[in-house]
Parts: sequence; structure tokens; C-alpha cells
Amino acid sequence: MGILIGVLEQGFIYGIMALGVYITYKILDFPDLTTDGSFPAGAAVTAVMLTAGVNPYLALIVSFGVGMFVGMLTGIIHVKFKVRDLLSGIIMMTALYSINLRIAGKANVPLFNQSTVFDNAVLNSIFPVTLSAYQTVIIAFVLAIVSKLALDAYLNTKSGFLLRAVGNNETLVTNLAKDIGLVKIVGLAIANGLVAMSGSIMCQQQRFFDISMGTGTVVIGLANVIIGTNVFKNVSFVKATSAVIIGSVLYKGCVALAISQGMSATDMKFITAFLFLIILIITMDRKKKVKKSA
Amino acid sequence: MLELKNIDKYYNIGTINEMCLFKGFNININDGEFVSVVGSNGSGKTSMLNIICGSAYVDGGEIIMNGENITQKKEYLRYKDIGRVYQDPSMGTCPDMTILENMAIADNKAKKYNLRLGITKSRVNFYKEQLKRLNLGLEDKLHVKVGALSGGQRQAMALLMATMTPIKFLILDEHTAALDPKTADLIMELTDSIVKEKNITTVMVTHNLRYAVEYGSRLIMMHKGDIVIDKAGYEKQNTGVNDILALFNEISIECGN
Repeated sequence: MGILIGVLEQGFIYGIMALGVYITYKILDFPDLTTDGSFPAGAAVTAVMLTAGVNPYLALIVSFGVGMFVGMLTGIIHVKFKVRDLLSGIIMMTALYSINLRIAGKANVPLFNQSTVFDNAVLNSIFPVTLSAYQTVIIAFVLAIVSKLALDAYLNTKSGFLLRAVGNNETLVTNLAKDIGLVKIVGLAIANGLVAMSGSIMCQQQRFFDISMGTGTVVIGLANVIIGTNVFKNVSFVKATSAVIIGSVLYKGCVALAISQGMSATDMKFITAFLFLIILIITMDRKKKVKKSA
Repeated sequence: MLELKNIDKYYNIGTINEMCLFKGFNININDGEFVSVVGSNGSGKTSMLNIICGSAYVDGGEIIMNGENITQKKEYLRYKDIGRVYQDPSMGTCPDMTILENMAIADNKAKKYNLRLGITKSRVNFYKEQLKRLNLGLEDKLHVKVGALSGGQRQAMALLMATMTPIKFLILDEHTAALDPKTADLIMELTDSIVKEKNITTVMVTHNLRYAVEYGSRLIMMHKGDIVIDKAGYEKQNTGVNDILALFNEISIECGN
């Protein structure tokens, strides 16, 4: 039961990050490695703010803003300086490693008894004692759903339509008298905002910031998106945004299963990468070739 | 009024493959004209359209649209006044978005794409009416993704979407070339009726000589970056497909083909 709760908690939190990866990877068709830097950036900002006694909910919003700024920079590097998409992300990811260290002050920042979005006086007074074991998972679920609904709502606005159109057909967007570069920058900003907010929530749930917590974020995000969208490929009533969050829980479940089968926690990143590879191989569209001769 | 003045255009500048397409190329397109452009491959038809729209930059000369010099104007800004339909039906629509969403996004052209709802409910009936005139039954499939439609249906939608907002110029880049003959006829008739109804100045590049002769108010034939035939009005009405074909062959023989 404890493992299941842990899987759900982490699944929902990483699900918010996966929503961001969904925007870049699926909608914009932009392999954005900034994710590996913006996730810990949100965590670093949160660790510093909570240590200074700032309201944890405010920390969420500030993290979102920091992520948006970071994503915007990636977009500007790509659009204005015409650096290739993959390289723009690598540049930002590498630079952010040092920036994050600067923000946090050191490679490890533990949070002791500071209040978080999961554990604060107001929440504790609302939740009955019998549910206190589920408090974190419920809050994580609520945060994921709110993020999902907000993203759904955005994608249904005129601006959201344009974002979807850029990933679909850049020529059409130019013909609509819109600058595709600007739309890409906006998309990257929103995506990294979500990623950084997810990092902030993760930091609050784990009660520490660690400089290496971002390593592999993009792999986890991609795995979540690919599992989610493939599992629900033929189900029309599940929106892609919901599918991504469910994918995140499923993926976390697979990782937990691997660890429970005797792999050690230090093998975590290997499991992450290996599972991702398996998923890619399973979900690849294989063209059925007709054999020329028997 | 659209003017190309003394246009120079080179390809592969500074390399061994350097090629001069236009040297001092001129053309004036008057308001309300429907110009059909024919010519062999490589004669500069599509390059001319790209220069007008800004997807290709010129190496000399000026582009003047309604008195404004737009030579340095960015491509996307030019499209505020221009609608364009391409040869490839998939270029004019978003395959992963529904018919309704495609119509809505086209309807908002040159306006702000803000945080208001993407589909304005009061416009849905207007979209349905527009789709109805295509006679393809698309008005009952508003929630179907455009990617599921056939090439002809998509091209019809692309044409509708390009002309939905008040534009001054319509650029048609071999927009019937990828369609079967029957669908091509349908799209061509639709084009003609939309252009006449909205009185849009139109430039149509086509390889179909019959369309070039039957439709439009002016006929231009291009060859190696020059205009070799330019007929309008009465003169154009008396030109038949065979006349153009004869000229086509004549030019080809000159080139040694």
C-alpha cells in the first residue's frame, strides 16, 4: 500500500512536468532539453524561498514564473539566433546547472519543519486525522488536475489554437499573418513554467533540493508522454492531457516495480533510461513489410 | 495595384552553380485582375509568387503593393493582405485540428490571438454556411479532424480559409495540380466564384492550359525569367489552348529541347 501511495504521489507530481513536455514534444515538435535545468530551477527557488519563510503556494507561482523566463530564453536562442532546437536546450540546461547552484547556494538544501503545500497549519486543520496518511497524494492529485484543466482551457483559446497550429503546419501560421517564432517562444515559456512548478512541488514533497534532481527529467517526461498517448491512442474520450498524467503514474509504477524486484536505488537512472528505451521500441510504428519471397 | 520593378534574383550566389533567374523583371498587376500564369518548369512562375509573398528575398529592385514599398517587409506581415493556396493540399490546413477549429483559426487571421475562446459560438453558423457552398458535406463533419479528409476536400477548405477574411490579393500556386480532373474542375469553379464575389486581385500559376485560357482576365506566359506573352481583355478571349500550346512548342524548340 505504501508503495502504491508513493507511486501515485510521484506520478502526479511528475505528471505536471509531463504536461510541459507534452507541449514541447507533442504540440510544438521541439525536443526541449531545457527541462533538465528548469525542473531543478523550480526546486532551487522553492528551497530558498521556503527556508526564508515564504508562503509555499507563492513559491509555486514564483517557480512557474522562473520556468517561463527560462523557457523564453531557450525560445529566443532558437528563434532569434537561429540555433538548432536541440542545441538551444543543451545550452540552457548546462548554464542552468551553475545558475541553480548559485540560487540554492549549495548542492543540497534540506527543508526541515517549514510548511509546504502538502503540510501546513491550514491544511492539517482541514484534513481529518484518519486521512492524514493520504494527505500528500490527495494534494498532489489536486495540483495535477488543476494544472491539466488550466492547460486544457488554454489550448482552447485563440492563442492555444495558434500554438497547436504551429506544431501542425508552420506555413499556415505564417499565412495567418502571425510570427511563428513568437508562438514558439510562448509555447516554450508555458512548457518550462509547468516543468519548474513540478520541480517546486517535488522539492516540497521530498523536503530537500538536490542539484542532481534534474538529471533525466526529460527522459522521464518523454516516457510519460509516450506511454500516456499510446495507451489511450484509440480512446477518444480521454484527453491527451489526462493521458499524459496517467502515463506518468504508469511509468512510475514500472520503475517502482523494477526496484522492488531487487534493483538498488542507485540503479534508478539506469532503470529510467532502460524502460524508456523499451517503451520506444514497443510503441514504434512498424511498417509492415511484405516479404518479396517466401 | 501590385508592382514588381526591376527585380533581380539570383540563386546560389558565389558558387559554381550561380544562376540568374530575373534580371530587371517588371510586372504590374492592377486591382481586380485575375492573372493566369503559365510557363515551363524553371521559368520563374513560383519564384515570382515567392517574391511577392516574401518567402524569397530579391537581390535588387522593388516590390510595391498599393503604393507601399514592401521589399523589406517580413513575410508574415505581408500575409495580412494576402491569401495563398499551395499545390500540396496539406499546406493550407492543420491536420490534427478539427474542421471547426481550422475555420475558427482562419477566421481570426490578422486579428489578435489572445486568451478568448478559440471558437466564437456566434460564428459557427457562418462557418457551416461557408462549408455548405463547397457541396462536400463538410458542414456535418465539424468535429472531424482535417487530416481524415481527402486531398480535394482539404484543398477546398484551404481555399475557403485563405479567402475568409478580407484580403486584397489571392496567390494560387498550382492549386489544382495535385487533384484528380473532376475535383480540380470543382475547385477551379469554386475559386472563380469566390474571386468574382469578393473581387480579389488574383495571381494563379497553373500548368493546366485550359484553366489558364478559360479563367481569368489576363494571361501571362513566362520563359526563363521573362514574360513572353501578356494578353488581356479581348485579346485574351480570342486565345485558345492550341495557340498557347503552339507557342510553348516554339519556345521549346528554340531552347533545343
